[in-house]
Amino acid sequence: MSVLIFIDTAEDGHVKKASLEAISYGAKIAEQLDTVAEGVVLGKVTGDLPSLGKYGVKKIHHVNNDALDHFDAQVDTKVIAQVAQQTGAKVIVFSNNVDGKAIAPRLSARLKAGLVSGAVALPDTSNGFTVKKNVFSGKAFANITVNTDIKIIALNPNAYQVVAGEGTAEVVTANVATEPGRVKVTHVTKSSGEVPLTEAEIVVSAGRGLKGPENWGMVEELAKTLHAATACSRPVADAHWRPHNEHVGQTGIAIAPNLYIAIGISGAIQHLAGVNRSKVIVVINKDPEAPFFKAADYGIVGDAFEIIPKFTAAVKQLKG
Amino acid sequence: MKILVCISKTPDTTAKIAFTDNNTKFDTNGVQWIINPYDEWYALVRAIELKEKDAATTIHLITVGSADAEPIIRKALALGGDEAIRVNAESHDSFYVASQIAEVAKQGGYDLVFTGKETIDYNGSSIGGMIAELLDIPYISLATKFELAGTLATITREIEGGEETCEVTLPVVVSSQKGMAEQRIPNMRGIMAARTKPLKVVEPAAADALTSVAGFGLPPAKAGVKLVPADNVEELVRLLHEEAKAI
Repeated sequence: MSVLIFIDTAEDGHVKKASLEAISYGAKIAEQLDTVAEGVVLGKVTGDLPSLGKYGVKKIHHVNNDALDHFDAQVDTKVIAQVAQQTGAKVIVFSNNVDGKAIAPRLSARLKAGLVSGAVALPDTSNGFTVKKNVFSGKAFANITVNTDIKIIALNPNAYQVVAGEGTAEVVTANVATEPGRVKVTHVTKSSGEVPLTEAEIVVSAGRGLKGPENWGMVEELAKTLHAATACSRPVADAHWRPHNEHVGQTGIAIAPNLYIAIGISGAIQHLAGVNRSKVIVVINKDPEAPFFKAADYGIVGDAFEIIPKFTAAVKQLKG
Repeated sequence: MKILVCISKTPDTTAKIAFTDNNTKFDTNGVQWIINPYDEWYALVRAIELKEKDAATTIHLITVGSADAEPIIRKALALGGDEAIRVNAESHDSFYVASQIAEVAKQGGYDLVFTGKETIDYNGSSIGGMIAELLDIPYISLATKFELAGTLATITREIEGGEETCEVTLPVVVSSQKGMAEQRIPNMRGIMAARTKPLKVVEPAAADALTSVAGFGLPPAKAGVKLVPADNVEELVRLLHEEAKAI
């Protein structure tokens, strides 16, 4: 018996931040169930695997062959299922990120193991196995009981704090069969030097109040100063002022950063649904009646074009 | 070429979220129902575009739900699609729902199964992957582009901070999101045609539910906004640093 954590890596082989959250979360569950946390990682890895032990994982099963360097959920699922069987995993933890969303459901169907996707808290094991997750795009939560022997949890990014302690993980080469996949990756485009939106701790987002795409320079400058990702509201993406992958909201990307700064966004209910899990929300809007202020922690009523440069300057001063 | 598009009925995006029966059931009182936006705007419309390019394409829509779902599936048929299938069962367990769709998909021999990237009520993002596993075929999730040349699909999907493009030979299951297609409004001809399109009702296959809903809750309300004067942005930065510890 063990808790098995899928350690997701990026295209270049580095371990994603979301994986560190998943490890910390899985290690805590292992403690709760009085068992050990083990990890599984596929394909080439850059960086030091044993050092992941400081997040609580005791043993890491590394499956490394060429077929696993590119992402193919069908191939990966079969490999993880074998490792799960070998380790006698009773709980399998994924990050509910892009790769987790592709593999976890497949594994659930393969093992007939109940899946809670989008978990936001540790399971309640006092009476059965119940996990809290977001539903209705963050407007509510549900407690989902998993009724199968093996449980799979996909943890929402930024929902669980990374906990670093002491320790070194033992890394072993897993002895499993890998089938060739049918998916051939032909091209990867990464916006270099920017913080990925779903992994960002701070997000600076702007809406129609910015008046046009030519005014985004100051938003990017503020984001850069805060080491933040940039985002936008739906009308902005629809007008092609910004790429659609920056659109946050109910029909765009749902995010939950530590700090969400909304500039010139009125706060339509669909937008709020995508960002209301953010820990701290700052709203800057010239309209004091903007509904977003009701969902905010801090706010400034005023002209974005005057406030943004001052904001950037004040952050620069703070950071010295 | 046969396409199966999965359609889910969800509350309207502006619906008030409340619960009944000691917080174990969603309160449907006064709720307007819509086609799950990801299913409608991206999965269904992209399927329709493929049929517009190749008239030999057949599109079937599928939903798992009670008779209450029929107005929604008719609305989807008004946008396009040749016929619809309703599996007469209600469940909130994604594996149960995926098992029903996979069963129909197996019998129908579809080349392509489209889903939305998630439903806006349960936010599971799970049905597509489960169907693909049950059919043992590839799954591309969170797709933003889909092109087809013969039986070779070229698909772009979201990855953290970018996009990845891949090629896969049909059959494949694809979950769709923004970028795949543009929202369409059904026209009068489509609405009229939808009335006479076949809507088959099939009884569910035997399948297990792996999870159950123990209860719902609402997030705690915010304490209220702390307003900072516009001429004192430095104070906001100080609060974010010292009080909120967010920067």
